[in-house]
Amino acid sequence: MEFKFDMEKNKDKVEEFRVFIDENRDRPGVLMPVLQEAQGKFGFLPEPVLELISQDLRIPLADIYGVATFYSQFTFIPKGEHNISVCLGTACYVKGAEKVLAEIEKVLGIKSGGTTPDLKFSITPTRCIGACGLAPVVNIDDDIHGKLKVEDIKGIIDKYR
Amino acid sequence: MMSQEKLREIKENARPLLDERLKVEDKTEVRDGNIVLKGDYYKKQVRIALRNCEIILPESIEEYIALDGYSALGKMLFEMTPEDVVNTMIESNLRGRGGAGFPAGRKWLEAFKYDADQKYIICNADEGDPGAYMDRSILEGDPHSVLEGMAIAGYAIGANQGFIYVRAEYPLAVKRLQAAIKQAKEYGVLGNNIFGTDFSFDIELRLGAGAFVCGEGTALMESIEGKRGMPRVKIHRTAHRGLWQKPTVINNVETLANIPVIFQRGAKWFRGIGTEKSPGTKVFALVGKVKESGLVEVPMGTSLREIVFDIGGGVADGKAAKAVQTGGPSGGCIPVELFDTPVDFESLAKIGSIMGSGGMVVMDETDCMVDIARFFLEFSVDESCGKCVPCREGTKRMLELLEKITGGNGEEEDIARMESLAVTISTGSLCGLGQTAPNPVTSTLHYFRDEYEAHIRDKTCPAGHCQALLEYYITEDCIGCTKCARSCPVSCISGKVKERHVIDTDACIKCGNCMEVCPVGAVILR
Repeated sequence: MEFKFDMEKNKDKVEEFRVFIDENRDRPGVLMPVLQEAQGKFGFLPEPVLELISQDLRIPLADIYGVATFYSQFTFIPKGEHNISVCLGTACYVKGAEKVLAEIEKVLGIKSGGTTPDLKFSITPTRCIGACGLAPVVNIDDDIHGKLKVEDIKGIIDKYR
Repeated sequence: MMSQEKLREIKENARPLLDERLKVEDKTEVRDGNIVLKGDYYKKQVRIALRNCEIILPESIEEYIALDGYSALGKMLFEMTPEDVVNTMIESNLRGRGGAGFPAGRKWLEAFKYDADQKYIICNADEGDPGAYMDRSILEGDPHSVLEGMAIAGYAIGANQGFIYVRAEYPLAVKRLQAAIKQAKEYGVLGNNIFGTDFSFDIELRLGAGAFVCGEGTALMESIEGKRGMPRVKIHRTAHRGLWQKPTVINNVETLANIPVIFQRGAKWFRGIGTEKSPGTKVFALVGKVKESGLVEVPMGTSLREIVFDIGGGVADGKAAKAVQTGGPSGGCIPVELFDTPVDFESLAKIGSIMGSGGMVVMDETDCMVDIARFFLEFSVDESCGKCVPCREGTKRMLELLEKITGGNGEEEDIARMESLAVTISTGSLCGLGQTAPNPVTSTLHYFRDEYEAHIRDKTCPAGHCQALLEYYITEDCIGCTKCARSCPVSCISGKVKERHVIDTDACIKCGNCMEVCPVGAVILR
């Protein structure tokens, strides 16, 4: 699915972002923090923003693209309003995380890594979030849902609709 | 400005307040003069790295100081030369808690001896092993112990700048660290002219972005430098040419948290705990199918049995223990017959696993070892950075073989293929990720070969886990309600009303509908 980014509509955020780049340009190894700031501000890495970073920091777009695609947290499509991170660590796995993920995919009708067309939900498969005592664990936005059973999933997701 | 007197004064004021609060909360007791957590779970533990976790308020520098925090740093700045500090570290023989167990003192010595205009200390907080969360708990529960450890390391090697590379998956740890660094600077125990001396040390946080390989030292430095986190060819030691080609010491969170205590109580005291070759304690994240999951800190050399059964209470749900997985994707599965093995760096390596960062995932009889190996290989395939061909391509081929076996299509030769691939991958890779990626396969092949053979020869999964090798079956509990027959998309269930139904397993597509709709749980997988 195509997601367009409107620089005009996001003028204020883009301006704040420019200021961030300006304040940090002398920090060594600044590209990662800049990409993280962009992702935090815009929810994803829109192409025009990457071009802006390239011109401003004098780093070739190809290099930026290389870094952005290397790390799994950077994304080129927007996340939904509610982000559902499913922990796929070992402890969660042996306690049935696979089935929990399958159920979430079924309830939302999208695959892991995708965003619903109404931009309401995204599913992000996540590496161990270190809440192994609560396995299996799903994070919805900042809420931790632990010791999940497949039957609970629908009810929990409905609360965020 | 901070001084030793002022630190003492803060301590004297803060300690009664802390004692008062702990008395009200009533979750701690005093053992051998130390404040420890109450309860059976903690009785057999010796908490050094976790000494303050869940006891002090992590947001409060005063409470950290109340329990002797920053006293080691303050004392050494006046009484010890950097060389003395390095020597004490060597004498303590504290070995890296991130997994490999390299003596921290020797790293320091290399960096100390190397002359340069700029040196760096890095705290590796990119804890990525699935099933391990020791570092997260220390960062969230006692961030100042890590900061103090870094400052001590900085003084020892002559560095004035530190970096903490922390996973972005740990937002609370990031928040606590930011707050702790700010406080420490306000109190003059970090920043310029610490304790009024000419030693200055600053710490900056850098966030990871979800790449497991960045836990590897050289990949981590590449990432801090703003590049793709791919390991370097190791021509130079990190202690000589590390971050931005300057001498750098990288220590893990747990290692750093041990350091202030070693200087408070002395190297000799530290060596008295644990084993001769692996002194001190190790924190484990005891998780999986264990009754009481949680963090366990025990002296090195404690047996797996004591950890899993005496502290963890054994396996949950009355099932039998089968194995413990240690060391994450780089480690192996240790079968229950070897649970008397003492846990230290050498003993675990001898039985084909590794200490790793401290994840300990307990598995019971329903866990399929072939599937566990597949799970870890899938992880390694995803996380291989792609630089070395044997790791990038080899792990993928190995995963395909494992999928073939768990999918019921395994052939006799596949085991030999995997064994040959394992050698190629581990000898042909630059960094620890590739070198150890085959371990989950080689260790399960070694201890659970019969399970592989059952999958391949008999096309069964003894643990009853691999879907493709199982059949749906209706037991005599069936009440003949016909619900299953009506929900079957391929109409392969036959039977009369109020009589037991039967599944035609040749036609069955294993969708699981029948199992879901059965009101009496008569449909089982076998």
